[in-house]
Amino acid sequence: MTRLAIDPITRIEGHLRIEVEVQGGQVTDAWSSGTMFRGIEMILRNRDPRDAWVFAQRICGVCTTVHALASVRSVENALGITIPDNARLIRNLIAGSQLVQDHVIHFYHLHALDWVDITLALKADPGATSTLAQSISTWPKSSRTYFKGVQDRLQAFVNTGQLGLFANGYWGHPAYKLPPEANLLGVAHYLEALDWQRDFIRIHAVLGGKNPHPQSYLVGGMATALNLDNEATVNADRLSLLTQLFQRGQDFVAQVYLPDVLAIASFYKDWAGHGAGLGNYMAYGDYASDVQNVPDTFFFPGGLILGKDLSHIQPIDQQQVAEYVTHSWYTYNEGDGVGLHPWKGETQPNYTGPQPPYEFLNTGGKYSWLKSPRYDGHAVEVGPLARMLLAYAQGKPYVKQLVDSVLAQLKVDATALFSTLGRVAARAIEAQVMINQLPTWLSQLEENIGRGDLTIHDTAHWDPSTWPGEGFGFGFHEAPRGSLAHWVHVKNGQIANYQAVVPSTWNAGPRDAQGKPGAYEAALIGTPVVNPEQPVEILRTVHSFDPCLACAVHVMDPKGREYANIRIL
Amino acid sequence: MDLDHQEEVLKDGVWAALERRNISRRDFLRFCSVMTGALALPSRYTTQIVKALEQTKRPALVWLEFQDCAGNSESALRAGHPSFADIVLDLLSWNYHEIVMAPSGKAAEKSLHDTIASERGNYIAVIEGSIPLAENGVYCTIGGRSAIDIAQEVCTNAYATIAVGTCASFGGIPAAAGGVTGAVGVSQAIPGLRLINLSACPMNGANLAATLVHYLTFKELPATDNLGRPLFAHGDRIHDDCPRRAHYDAGQFVQEWGDEGHRQGWCLYKMGCKGPATDYNCPRIQWNDGTNWPIGVGHGCVGCAQPGFWDTMTPFYRALPNVGGFGVEATAEEIGLGVIGAVAALTTVHAVGSVIRNQRAKKREGDLSRTRAEPPQAPNLAATNEATWTSPTGAEEE
Repeated sequence: MTRLAIDPITRIEGHLRIEVEVQGGQVTDAWSSGTMFRGIEMILRNRDPRDAWVFAQRICGVCTTVHALASVRSVENALGITIPDNARLIRNLIAGSQLVQDHVIHFYHLHALDWVDITLALKADPGATSTLAQSISTWPKSSRTYFKGVQDRLQAFVNTGQLGLFANGYWGHPAYKLPPEANLLGVAHYLEALDWQRDFIRIHAVLGGKNPHPQSYLVGGMATALNLDNEATVNADRLSLLTQLFQRGQDFVAQVYLPDVLAIASFYKDWAGHGAGLGNYMAYGDYASDVQNVPDTFFFPGGLILGKDLSHIQPIDQQQVAEYVTHSWYTYNEGDGVGLHPWKGETQPNYTGPQPPYEFLNTGGKYSWLKSPRYDGHAVEVGPLARMLLAYAQGKPYVKQLVDSVLAQLKVDATALFSTLGRVAARAIEAQVMINQLPTWLSQLEENIGRGDLTIHDTAHWDPSTWPGEGFGFGFHEAPRGSLAHWVHVKNGQIANYQAVVPSTWNAGPRDAQGKPGAYEAALIGTPVVNPEQPVEILRTVHSFDPCLACAVHVMDPKGREYANIRIL
Repeated sequence: MDLDHQEEVLKDGVWAALERRNISRRDFLRFCSVMTGALALPSRYTTQIVKALEQTKRPALVWLEFQDCAGNSESALRAGHPSFADIVLDLLSWNYHEIVMAPSGKAAEKSLHDTIASERGNYIAVIEGSIPLAENGVYCTIGGRSAIDIAQEVCTNAYATIAVGTCASFGGIPAAAGGVTGAVGVSQAIPGLRLINLSACPMNGANLAATLVHYLTFKELPATDNLGRPLFAHGDRIHDDCPRRAHYDAGQFVQEWGDEGHRQGWCLYKMGCKGPATDYNCPRIQWNDGTNWPIGVGHGCVGCAQPGFWDTMTPFYRALPNVGGFGVEATAEEIGLGVIGAVAALTTVHAVGSVIRNQRAKKREGDLSRTRAEPPQAPNLAATNEATWTSPTGAEEE
């Protein structure tokens, strides 16, 4: 039996450590640990709740904007504020474009090197690559000359002997199965995606002033000024730029991202048999059709799937969320065996791990800065796969059609979705579903503006004197990596308590009081490991979740007792 | 610099050099415009930039993330001219950056150790995120080592360190009131480094690109202000460069979100804009290939380039007290100095910039003392910048 620690896990956001036991060429046990925290929720306490989103947004700069959205929603919920329809649509456009861009970046820049061996791209015949490219897509950059140019650039790079970010990769590992021309295609699109993401996210600059960390949210609406006739606002020119950017997004997702995922997946179908994990899936749901946020109208429907049973979808109640610290570096007053709802949460840091530098964690005890959130006691997986399964099972036609088409092209049935490969495919499907929808929300915004409705903010509730003396808020969002929620307690115009449970807490959290593993830990069991020095197979499954570990934070009351917390996305 | 002149400068053999690098004419002209604009370089430096691109061996760079959100890494990915791909593949040997590098675990650590061993004293260290000093560093470990342990080894063996973002520069959000991790910026964690602070939350990727091109071209870091920030990016107040400044001077203010003034692009001062207390080139270079910036969309500046802004600039929606004393005369005087700078040699430009910066700082001490944070420690005087530093000191005595 071999014990392995992989730290840092790279090509993710943040600081993740995976320890595994390997026996007979397979992972027999796994532990997931977040190794950094900052304390943003402690810092939020006693501040103006209208400022909270600026702070909360800094929880993550990769899935930037999602915490800002969850934050303003939680404060609006606590204060009983309803936003105008234009603000809903602008938020949808910002969040939806974030999702599309994030998924593309994840596939090409964070995940592809687990499947694509760039050194083999040098052996490709550019003509064969051109034939392959033209057989799977109408994307215009597909000539022999084009791929020859990419190959030459790569060869020149390799010839310098300075491999930079690509040095010490697991090249030549037997788990890489793509033929040389598919590897060259992957390299070309890796580079194209770098340029595409930069262009596409200008949507955030138009509607939010900048990216990362757009700066146009307000409690009660958006600060995105609308006026067709003024140069300093979102005007006709800017709206037409958005239309162009959405079109370029549609082109890239439909002609590059989705076909590449299908092409690459066809060589890795065995990964539909790895990495299933928990088999429980959850989403709050998001993108309601009006400002009342009624779950029945969600574009991404919510729900709970237990034991891969798509025929029984249970509705979600946020009161069923509880968190455990049995294996986390915190302690509870009532003992470390209980689970607490975030509104009653308490967090007292209790680092019991080895002093750095260390070789291995004591995984029998506490071993992570992440807590273990559970839904009604169940460990669940969140993310694009959970959302696409829930939409598929609830018969949303715009999802069902695409899922069925992808399954047909790969010649697999729906059970293949419960896997590492299923997560990769679900993410691409979701990007396609969202880029299809974005122009509709833009049209609705344009219709509102056309009718003369330029309202972007509920100004009647901006002044704190109009607020209730006390309020509890729950703000949720289906972020690229899964279900995100912020809980806030506002009292006398200030934040009394602030907490969040974020997607990667659900997925990357440690074992709970019953010893039930988190989603990563469960998914890694059975993963093949051919060479422990080059654990590319482990990266495949971990990366399929798109990890984003940004923080593990807690709030402290005046006596020094700490409660409330936010962790990892 | 106009494009025709650039064509002229680039005649002898330069295009061939660019073609070898797979860089098109159009891209390179755009690149030169952006770089010379961002760095305020005269056009004659174009050939020097090209020579820097022609180096046979690319200088090494390692990028470490500590208490961060990766927003600065993402911002680097948004840099347009040069793009991230250009920088990573053609300009530098980008050897370690967890968010994008191929290997993990021990293989990743090997990339770092190899760089330190083979490029000792020659590589650039980029640090993103603050460094927690409390509790023996247990609040951030990588590969079982504490952030401060890793930073000590990597930064002290580097030629220079670039702190990206306000967290790495000054501690940032983990160091705001209420935090307990003992978070500090790099200059406080490891005093005495040759260091530059690219602050802002996140820093603008275009400024990082400009800093790197400056380093590649002149083999030194750009001149800095008294907070260790590059003058080319932090030499001017947002309020003074703001396209909405005329509305401020005319007394035209947004009073409510979405009101008529808001829809006319009026001044956001009364909505809490911190532009009058923030030094950054946001209005000039803007974001995402010059598409827009926060004030441009209708939200005030939050002062993210300033140390301690999470405490000194909040509440974000309260108007700054006592902004004033920057009438037309003062502005005109500064414009005059700026013109002198543009035609002078580089070091003089920097010196003049410092003078302006200091004069402004002095003026602002009175009216903005509540909102201005002191740096966490004495500024780090990089050896390469010492010459520049003598000038503002002299100016202060005048």
